[in-house]
Amino acid sequence: MTLLTLNAMQTNIEQYAVLHDVTLTVPEGGVFVLLGRNGAGKTTTLRSIMGLWRPSPGSVTFRGEDISALHTAEVARKGIAYVPENMGVFGGLTIEENLILATKTGKFDTARLNRIYGLFPALKTFWGKQAWSLSGGQKQMLAVARAIIEPRDLILIDEPTKGLAPSIIDAMADAFREISETTTILLVEQNFHFAKSLGRDMAVIDDGRIAHTGSMADFAADKALQDQLLSLSA
Amino acid sequence: MKNLTQILARMGGVNLLPVAVAAVAFVLIGVPSSWVTLTVAGLAMGMMIFLMASGLSLVFGLMDVLNFGHSAFVSLGAFVAASVLTWLAGWLGADSIFLNVMALFLALTAALIVGLAGGWFFETVIIRPVYKDHLRQILITMGALIVAEQLILAVWGGTPMAVPRPQFLESAIILGDVSIEIYRIFAFLLGLAVYVALYLTLNRTRIGLLIRAGVENREMVEALGFRIDRLFIGVFMLGSALATLGGAMWAGYETLISPSLGAEMMIVVFIVVIIGGLGSIEGTLLGAIMVGLVGNYVGFLMPKMALASNMILMMAILMWRPSGLRPAVK
Repeated sequence: MTLLTLNAMQTNIEQYAVLHDVTLTVPEGGVFVLLGRNGAGKTTTLRSIMGLWRPSPGSVTFRGEDISALHTAEVARKGIAYVPENMGVFGGLTIEENLILATKTGKFDTARLNRIYGLFPALKTFWGKQAWSLSGGQKQMLAVARAIIEPRDLILIDEPTKGLAPSIIDAMADAFREISETTTILLVEQNFHFAKSLGRDMAVIDDGRIAHTGSMADFAADKALQDQLLSLSA
Repeated sequence: MKNLTQILARMGGVNLLPVAVAAVAFVLIGVPSSWVTLTVAGLAMGMMIFLMASGLSLVFGLMDVLNFGHSAFVSLGAFVAASVLTWLAGWLGADSIFLNVMALFLALTAALIVGLAGGWFFETVIIRPVYKDHLRQILITMGALIVAEQLILAVWGGTPMAVPRPQFLESAIILGDVSIEIYRIFAFLLGLAVYVALYLTLNRTRIGLLIRAGVENREMVEALGFRIDRLFIGVFMLGSALATLGGAMWAGYETLISPSLGAEMMIVVFIVVIIGGLGSIEGTLLGAIMVGLVGNYVGFLMPKMALASNMILMMAILMWRPSGLRPAVK
């Protein structure tokens, strides 16, 4: 079943057209990976879905509803969470305050909180600490935890492994696997090995256009296509 | 050196600066009674400047808006309060403290209401079209400040206006050689009460959490499902109301006001916001107290340097801490 559809989406940043005619279908469930070289338009795609940049022309449809004209806050209230590349944690706020802000009522669902503690034990350890004092990996854990503290239908995650130690990346992969059992993840990633271990379906964006879509298993088996689209051997 | 820094940080860090300044001034002034008088005056002045500056700091921190028109609210608050006090002159001169307090309460309430309404109008009509464009913000808010001054001139005239004060605030407390005006104590306590209310709102409520988060990363707050533009109208109205309250208190402090009052205070208000660190209420309070104390001490010790003292203070602090004393985390 289709969860999210991007229809001939074009996004301009000032006078520059960054996305050209992006058409993509994200099915419900599992991890959908969007791959691409630096500057290909991966982050712009996620920001356009969130309404942080406005696609024009083109549209974004979520559960059959056109959300492309909605304010970012309204997009979020439809059940879409966003974990940006810079993680977007509020450094002056504690871990607890960062998470409270992401709840609808200002109160935690104990079961969800325990699930987060299970996925990311460090967050429990540093619960009262201000987020600026956390390590890069811990900040990424907080950013992901904030996305799952409430039930969501879709989580957009932008390059979560950037700058993280291998052990943290492994922990993050385990967490994403568990989260994707109940929530669809649209993952933007440059770390192909990480993406390959998680993705069920995938697309490659190149120069602001979707250059390839298909199953991750097929793409992982096709070295020539990987070289052509991602320059992995370069 | 590192140990000394750690010990100082544990003792309060930059919060100790006003104490250090007061201690140095005590040595330089040499006369305890003069020092106490100047310190109380500096603290009272600092608290009134804090009222004027806190809203500007939040507005800049939260929405990245450079509002040079902020000081128009200072003038407006001063003139509205002065008019109400003049209108209620009979109550002010009465022996009844209740009537005195009521007159003051009505004057300050009128200033606050005008600030809230004016803030809503200013944000909706003048600020909203120029978000994300600093040059246009400076031009349009400077223009609005000039228009506001001219409107005040048209309504209240160009002659300086005398501001009557309630009888119960006119006297002074005498402690040995020291005489402390009750109005200064009142200004200090009012500023402190506003600070505590702001601090509790920002640190103990969900709306405060949103404001603090919005100061750091507006976009992420929106991505969590909150309309920060709607929150901003509220913050702008609150900031404008605090400026009118500060203006009303300053009018009572000066006792003679002119339409250029706001423009005269604008530089001091901006210095406080920059010294304190943009977007931080704690920083604004610290900056305001520093400016109040240094202005009074230097005015006593080197009167010719009084005007330059604030600017020198700002330069010194920015060379030491380029983001201000206690900036909001960005």
